[in-house]
Amino acid sequence: MDLTRLEINRRTALLTSAAIAANVINPMRAFAQETPRKGGVFTVHYAAEQRQLNPSIQASTGVYIISGKIQENLVDLDANGQPVGVLAESWEATPDGKTVTFKLRQGVTWHDGKPFTSADVEFTAMNMWKKILNYGSTLQLFLTAVETPDAHTAVFKYERPMPLNLLLRALPDLGYVSAKHLYESGDIRQNPTNLAPVGTGPFKFVKYERGQYIIADRNENYWRPNAPYLDRIVWKVITDRAAAAAQMEAGELHYAPFSSLTLSDLARLGKDKRFIVSTKGNEGNARTNTLEFNFRRKELSDIKVRRAIAHAINVPFFIDNFLGDFAKLGTGPIPSTSTDFYPGPDTPQYPYDKAKAAALLDEAGFKAGRGGTRFSLKLLPAPWGEDISLWSTFIQQSLGEVGIPVEIVRNDGGGFLKQVYDEHAFDLATGWHQYRNDPAVSTTVWYRSGQPKGAPWTNQWGWEDKNVDKTIDDAATEVDPAKRKALYAQFVKEVNTELPVWMPIEQIFVTTITAKARNHSNTPRWGSTSWHDLWLSA
Amino acid sequence: MRILTLAGRRLAASIPTLILILIGVFLLLQFAPGDTVDAMMAQMGGGDAATARELRKFYGLDLSIPAQLGNYLWRLVRLDLGFSSIYGKPVASVILERLPPTILLMTASLSFAFFFGLVFGVIAARGVNRWPDTLISTLGLIFYATPSFWFGLMAIVVFSVYLQWLPPGGFEDIGAVRTGIWRVLDIASHLVLPTLTLGLIFLAIYLRIMRASMLEVLNLDYVRTARAKGLDETRVVTRHVLRNALLPMVTLIGLQAGTMLGGSVVVESVFSLPGLGRLAYESVVQRDLNTLLGIVFVSALLVITVNFVVDLIYARLDPRITAEG
Repeated sequence: MDLTRLEINRRTALLTSAAIAANVINPMRAFAQETPRKGGVFTVHYAAEQRQLNPSIQASTGVYIISGKIQENLVDLDANGQPVGVLAESWEATPDGKTVTFKLRQGVTWHDGKPFTSADVEFTAMNMWKKILNYGSTLQLFLTAVETPDAHTAVFKYERPMPLNLLLRALPDLGYVSAKHLYESGDIRQNPTNLAPVGTGPFKFVKYERGQYIIADRNENYWRPNAPYLDRIVWKVITDRAAAAAQMEAGELHYAPFSSLTLSDLARLGKDKRFIVSTKGNEGNARTNTLEFNFRRKELSDIKVRRAIAHAINVPFFIDNFLGDFAKLGTGPIPSTSTDFYPGPDTPQYPYDKAKAAALLDEAGFKAGRGGTRFSLKLLPAPWGEDISLWSTFIQQSLGEVGIPVEIVRNDGGGFLKQVYDEHAFDLATGWHQYRNDPAVSTTVWYRSGQPKGAPWTNQWGWEDKNVDKTIDDAATEVDPAKRKALYAQFVKEVNTELPVWMPIEQIFVTTITAKARNHSNTPRWGSTSWHDLWLSA
Repeated sequence: MRILTLAGRRLAASIPTLILILIGVFLLLQFAPGDTVDAMMAQMGGGDAATARELRKFYGLDLSIPAQLGNYLWRLVRLDLGFSSIYGKPVASVILERLPPTILLMTASLSFAFFFGLVFGVIAARGVNRWPDTLISTLGLIFYATPSFWFGLMAIVVFSVYLQWLPPGGFEDIGAVRTGIWRVLDIASHLVLPTLTLGLIFLAIYLRIMRASMLEVLNLDYVRTARAKGLDETRVVTRHVLRNALLPMVTLIGLQAGTMLGGSVVVESVFSLPGLGRLAYESVVQRDLNTLLGIVFVSALLVITVNFVVDLIYARLDPRITAEG
């Protein structure tokens, strides 16, 4: 069993490295003979409907997968993960980091025909990104004003230094622009445009039938020449994941983004020539599986116990047998896909060692009592994915073996967030930490003290470390990229030593897409991008 | 006139039940951890505390629970079902949009189950303990024991993926704009598999009940009399036995209309139909209290209506029931 598994892994590894080599030599070789074909309808699996579709006020893949084609951001990431202008053509920052100037693209119009200008950027930044957008409100906390000296220049003024590389890596997600003339009167949250988005993108919103589908058609007046290729995109709402896989096979769906199919269907469709199943194009949506400790439990406030728990769990075994090729061993809160900030694996790690775990627990004073039990814990798994459910069962069994019986308490989404991040009614919790291209966007909040009670995915552990807080604060305003990288390496070292949250598994979302698609998965956040160059071969 | 009185009395009797159910569901959902803002945060993938506070105010969640309940009941008195937080529009219009697929699916499956349950039940009863009976009873048991989501998925795999005869899901074809009879046919083709999936389990129950009650009635004295009169077997069965054997079946329809509304959650999810069952599930997960209460209200009305119709059918089948009522 293990041998076959190993062999498959080695073969895939060889194939993958061969493919990478081929790509480096000639990335377009595979499609060299084909000329892009105009036309066609591209159908997309939409697993979870959102309450609204405006990416300027809600940062989530469930919104980008739709409106990322309709509205555009100032900046996006190119094939190498570097910032590339979309609605902004160029940018520069003053040396003190307090002023960032964007030169905007000219001749761009909204879908309703009105011109796109710096006034739209100013309005969106001050009223949406700073006030409503999740993560945006934190990112733009010290934004004081956006000046618009002319219609194509937007000058962002900050009270404290804003590192340019942080802003440029955050803006692909947190920099979607909405039209001022549609939002300036009335409550932004209740604006009907939120469900019928108007943007500058390659596709125009046509229709949203709740519970069924969304349709967008080609924008004939798109600013990029000869784009887009597709006539229409249809998003189909399918809540049952097995049914979505069946629709892929029946040819009714072309694309199932962000691991929306079950692990077994991904493995099955991966062997089918009609589909491509890969993590490519999702590097910008890396996540880590977490194990969150509640320091209000005296046992867990002891660092030896936290380390013992980490040593007691055989992570490589779990990955090999349950997650397969789509996951790898994690080394901390900054995943290895983050080329700009990954500090390497040389930070404190906790490899599987049951004897060491038992010794640490003994040392901490929690000797095995009658029946081998030391103390028991309550584990709350998040309901976001199958992997979390499997991981929580694996934790339960692993800890049971070192004398810590674990009770698993399952909740739905709202219940999980309430109990863990507001009521703190957990001993252990496990879910996903989403890494958004820069640690300052949504990673350091997991460790920085002083988070308001009830804020999900933040430090609610009852743990505070002045050194870590200082490192986080320094890095957030450090303008020199090299110094910032060093500060984040120090941060990873510190939190891996203290271990308030353990992040031992790295995952990237898995894409399932028809083999007929061309120019797909060619940027790190492809599922969220505008698809202006996507086409379907005959 | 008598029907109207009966209807009036029925309705009056169900109003207290309805109010109790609504209050019960309201309180039950208060026990579930988290509110609609937590659910929204879960969906967005994060947000800060200030945003959450503002949203709670926006959805009217900053009030006390009795005040919220009071507000709700007061709105209900004025026939206002409130505002849906996930859909951002009045609950009444959200439910109205979702009602047609559910009612279509429910009627189709019930008719399918009732008709074939009746036919197979009669066949099984007439050939009791011989091969038709054994075959039908075994099949019935298999249908009854199989979970409907599995049935649905297998039906999709066979009829949509391999044979490509029927669409794998959805309510109608999105690509083409159809009108009139073509639209009806298109919707019908989309409903074939869901109807079979939802109907098969109920079919199994109906055929068991029909078989048992046929066997019982077949042994009654008046049937022997009918036979002694010299009537042929078909006439005995259709005119004399069937009518009496149908009573328990009709009772069952009344009871199962509610079950079917619940069972459709699974079928609606598997076949991605935009029905009431899925809406109910979504509103629980999203803690959208107004929508959920609205659905409970409408479902209760549906069940009351079905039971009323069942009462009327009773009277038609067995005149003694009207005389007493």
